Amino acid sequence: MSMTLAEKLCAKAAGVPSVTPGEIVTAKVDLAMVHDSSGPRRLVSKLEEIGADVWDPSKVVLITDHYVPAVDAESAAILDLTRKWARDTGVEAFYDMQGICHIVLPERGHLKPGMFVAGGDSHSTTGGAFAAFMIGIGATEMAGVMATGEIWVKVPPTIRIEWTGALGEGLAAKDMMLKLCGELGMGVGNYKAIEYTGPAMTALPMTERMVLSNMAAELGGKVGLIAPDDVTLDYLRAAGADVGDDALDWKSDPDAEVEAIHSFDATTLNPQVAAPHSPENAADAEAHDTVKIDQAYIGACTGAKLGDLRMAAAILGGRKVAPGVRLLVAPASARITNEAAADGTLAVLTEAGAILMPSGCGACAGYGAGVLAAGEVCISSTARNFKGRMGHAESRVYLASPFTVAASAVTGHITDPRAFLMEKAA
Amino acid sequence: MSAQITSLTGRAWVFGDNIDTDVLAPGIYMKGSMAELAQHCLESVDPDFARNVQRGDILVAGENFGMGSSREQAGQALLELGISALVAKSFARIFYRNAINLGLPALVCADADKIRAGDTLSLDPAEGTLAIEGGERLSCEPIPPHLLAMIADGGLLPHLKKKLKGAAA
Ligand code: SF4
Repeated sequence: MSMTLAEKLCAKAAGVPSVTPGEIVTAKVDLAMVHDSSGPRRLVSKLEEIGADVWDPSKVVLITDHYVPAVDAESAAILDLTRKWARDTGVEAFYDMQGICHIVLPERGHLKPGMFVAGGDSHSTTGGAFAAFMIGIGATEMAGVMATGEIWVKVPPTIRIEWTGALGEGLAAKDMMLKLCGELGMGVGNYKAIEYTGPAMTALPMTERMVLSNMAAELGGKVGLIAPDDVTLDYLRAAGADVGDDALDWKSDPDAEVEAIHSFDATTLNPQVAAPHSPENAADAEAHDTVKIDQAYIGACTGAKLGDLRMAAAILGGRKVAPGVRLLVAPASARITNEAAADGTLAVLTEAGAILMPSGCGACAGYGAGVLAAGEVCISSTARNFKGRMGHAESRVYLASPFTVAASAVTGHITDPRAFLMEKAA
Repeated sequence: MSAQITSLTGRAWVFGDNIDTDVLAPGIYMKGSMAELAQHCLESVDPDFARNVQRGDILVAGENFGMGSSREQAGQALLELGISALVAKSFARIFYRNAINLGLPALVCADADKIRAGDTLSLDPAEGTLAIEGGERLSCEPIPPHLLAMIADGGLLPHLKKKLKGAAA
């Protein structure tokens, strides 16, 4: 029987030869990922209530990212509880202040094709970039997973999003993704597996593919899958994951039935900016060029990987952040900070006037430093711009690629970055 | 053997498409008690809902019910108000899971728009049928037995507690 990648992954986790969309199966979880916000502080009482221990501490990854470094007594207490829980339960894969969960997980070699992973965060779809069936779940569910190592899943139908052509200079996966939010809306993937295909997608490095999978959540998707290729295997092997060439078998059968195919041309794509208060409000950056900004933020799991910092550096080299504008940069992980320091990227950013922030979720969800005042406008490389997410309810957040965020920081208003890149080439 | 829910009868409340988790559990009341939060459930679309809903009533909606955040309080508020079951053309993924995990039956019914406010409905979640009193019989997607067993136990945590106890005995 022909199956999609999503169906194959569900069948494997359920221990059955095949599944069909709509069927509900019980999946064995290969890995459970929780962070300081969704993890121990929400789980301890629930596990106590049912009198259960963690089913297998070797299959749990715990990461502190939302509240690091502590900014007040409450966040310090949450982190303290998290650290103690790691010690008490014997979870060895505990990454304390090493970066954002969705980045640290693959960076440290925890993901590989064929896995079924439960994540205590809605952007857990990021794992799909590695052909892992990784889903976001709520707190009660996670307590169930921690107690049993199992979870029920309704096998999703697949919608395929195909990117043809090739991305132009000054464009990034974030532009592709915002375009999808604008065109398809935030419910298109509800209860469905999204699978990304096409030459403009496969041309992307892993860290860019992760943006597509991450923001499958913004399309409502259950997972955001990408079939592995050599780019995937190279990344995983460099990260220390033990993957054989047979991992390449994790792909949809050519004649597998999908519910819909949406096709987009990367060649004609312009830099995208999503206006407040939804990623769905995406339009060409140009359309917003009268919008003045107070803050530019390069951070979060979708917007502060090494490639993102390099995009910003490509714009900021030899330029300065506009007076009256603050540019905050929070590299997505400690490892990324090291790499960006070693290759000179960080120096380019700070010489341009960027303020370097700790690795973590930071201002993205309003937990950490760098939040906004009433009436302030921010352009941000993050994934969501819901009302009040980055600070005051009356602040306004525009979403864009690191290129566009950096270009806007230089001019002080929303700016299509391509002019800067052309200037450089000339 | 777990108890099974064979049928449910209740009066219908009807809502439209894209009812989000902020409408079900408004953010500004999230810090308060569940009893207080529930009083504001759905108030931005029907200010009288919380006051007039009765224990056992059934909530009927259109597409993408419960879209938005993963907050479990959205389903908890409906339970608090006594809603006995949900019927919708479709549910947002995380909301659907949270509802079932909290012990609230959620039925997907393509013909949910045939139901009128105040209709008396009889649901059979196991069979996947819905009868409108004095009217049509609609078919729904049946909820499979193992999830019904979980709902009958009151949700995922009580269900697991029972299972784990059974395993230890
Ligand atoms: S960086 Fe933002 S989107 Fe990513 S996990 Fe943290 S809060 Fe969520």
